[in-house]
Amino acid sequence: MEKGGFSPVGLRVLVVDDDPTWLKILEKMLKKCSYEVTTCGLAREALRLLRERKDGYDIVISDVNMPDMDGFKLLEHVGLELDLPVIMMSVDGETSRVMKGVQHGACDYLLKPIRMKELKIIWQHVLRKKLQEVRDIEGCGYEGGTDWITRYDEAHFLGGGEDVSFCKKRKDFDFEKKLLLQDESDPSSSSSKKARVVWSFELHQKFVNAVNQIGCDHKAGPKKILDLMNVPWLTRENVASHLQKYRLYLSRLEKEKELKCYSGGVKSIDSSPKDAEVNSGHQSPGKSSFVFSGGIFQKATETDPKPLASASLSDPNTDVIMPPKTKKTRIGFDPPISSPAFDSLLPWNDVPEVLESKPVLYENSFLQQQPLPSQSSYVANSAPAIMEEEMKPPYETPVGGSSVNIDEFLMPQDKIPTVTIQDLDPSALSSMKLQEFSSNVTNNTEAILRSWELPESNHSASLDTDLDLSWLQGERFLANTGLQFQDYSSSPSFLSELPPHLWYGNERLPDPDEYSFMVDQGLFIS
Amino acid sequence: MQRQVALIKQSLFDQGYLDEQFMELEELQDDANPNFVEEVSALYFKDSARLINNIDQALERGSFDFNRLDSYMHQFKGSSTSIGASKVKAECTKFREYCRAGNAEGCLRTFQQLKKEHSTLRKKLEHYFQLARQAGPKETARRPK
Repeated sequence: MEKGGFSPVGLRVLVVDDDPTWLKILEKMLKKCSYEVTTCGLAREALRLLRERKDGYDIVISDVNMPDMDGFKLLEHVGLELDLPVIMMSVDGETSRVMKGVQHGACDYLLKPIRMKELKIIWQHVLRKKLQEVRDIEGCGYEGGTDWITRYDEAHFLGGGEDVSFCKKRKDFDFEKKLLLQDESDPSSSSSKKARVVWSFELHQKFVNAVNQIGCDHKAGPKKILDLMNVPWLTRENVASHLQKYRLYLSRLEKEKELKCYSGGVKSIDSSPKDAEVNSGHQSPGKSSFVFSGGIFQKATETDPKPLASASLSDPNTDVIMPPKTKKTRIGFDPPISSPAFDSLLPWNDVPEVLESKPVLYENSFLQQQPLPSQSSYVANSAPAIMEEEMKPPYETPVGGSSVNIDEFLMPQDKIPTVTIQDLDPSALSSMKLQEFSSNVTNNTEAILRSWELPESNHSASLDTDLDLSWLQGERFLANTGLQFQDYSSSPSFLSELPPHLWYGNERLPDPDEYSFMVDQGLFIS
Repeated sequence: MQRQVALIKQSLFDQGYLDEQFMELEELQDDANPNFVEEVSALYFKDSARLINNIDQALERGSFDFNRLDSYMHQFKGSSTSIGASKVKAECTKFREYCRAGNAEGCLRTFQQLKKEHSTLRKKLEHYFQLARQAGPKETARRPK
């Protein structure tokens, strides 16, 4: 794999620009990248094309200023309806415009004149988005995605005879992780202290109530929901991205019902590692691996309820023993634990009972960030426990994991639910920094950090130690491609600012400063 | 002949009529599109003529809707960056500044200047492409020294 020269052949790009000269130039440039290009001079036309073939394009590049429709509006439509990555372009680089792009969910914001190198890396947005989707939709449900990425995965990542789809997802996850890590090896680009909307339980309830009030959630638009919610400080954009996640969550629920690899909605987690793997894969591969916390805890605990933990199970490197008892926890939950915060949030009525019996899990971590009235006392109890017995209590794992899970749901970040792994750039991931982290954080956050520590010691600048060994092939690949990500830092585009927003599976690993902030505020943001 | 072409191109760069975007376009030119740069250039001039017309009409109306004018100019600027028309681009920026300041006089003046630059560039490029075609395909792909 050549360094810095990789760009997937056949990536299907839709370019929208009212300027015919630029349209011609961009078409040529993109063709030179070996992408499959479709040009369009009108935003409405572009939307029509996109809706006609919902799965017909991988990425949209659009100008900001167009006569028939505001580029930001197009961006929103595409993001909400199709969840495609969108890159904005403009000759105007004013910060406010760029920020607007971010808020509306743009993956990147390119300034005209656009350079070839900027177009060469747009595939990374597609990959990132696909990985997010995978995590969101979880496990076996992920069948779609672009052909090219599937082919590529198969060529480079698959290995081992495990559940192929899970395997692939985990590797995707790792790939993305590496991607993000490489991206963010520039410390200046990591960590942003932007205020973020924290979707607390109450807020989410308001949201759900509003949606239900409106009726079929397909008709529910962000504006209507916002109006009904009557939360003054909340913006339409916040609601929009949250809505998007909510929809994904719902679709995930649907898919979960169809999952064959699981029995009766319970992520079957027998004692076998494979199952555990499948389990975590089911959850959201990304998350699972991320939350090593699960893995680490796994070691000590027998009754790790968290499927998250199962992620580490498959990784020999971490030396983590994945407790096969994930099953237990899952059973109590409806929807299964593997679902991210959505699940834990929505059926709140069911959860409390389960929680009492299985303290930690999602609720716990969730609570720590956003103490729920019904759970607050519980949190108080479990938190200290976790602190002391980090490795011991079964629920610890879930905490780390669950915090991540819950975060996923609760943290709508600008429709760009990627993890701020960047905050943990490779060098930062060294044990030393983790120590720093540890001192700043409490409880589960500490747990999460510790979990990171483990893999770090095994692999330099790699968070995937907990992941499948078979992924190593992919790793090598990434090592090569990783180099090209350096382009990111040099690229003047918006992308280099992205890292803080990038969530890996909507989990966030904040840098030390943010850590306490995170713990206090609950996680992320939008 | 080729040397002449090269010199002309070099002078366009030196005099600031064109910037590196033009070179980028030349890089894009290949066997599949042997006249790419010329085609893009033609497209630009055709489209920009339309934009100039729009602005002319808007200015003639005398109502001076600065927002609208600014919007037109934004378009024009974006277009001009496509071939690296740097002098034209500079006038665009000036015009937009006058718009934001609500300076009608400044707008009118700048617009005249802009049209002049635009016209000059067009003539120069037409001349250049003509010679380049006569000189042979190699020339257009060569970078100015």
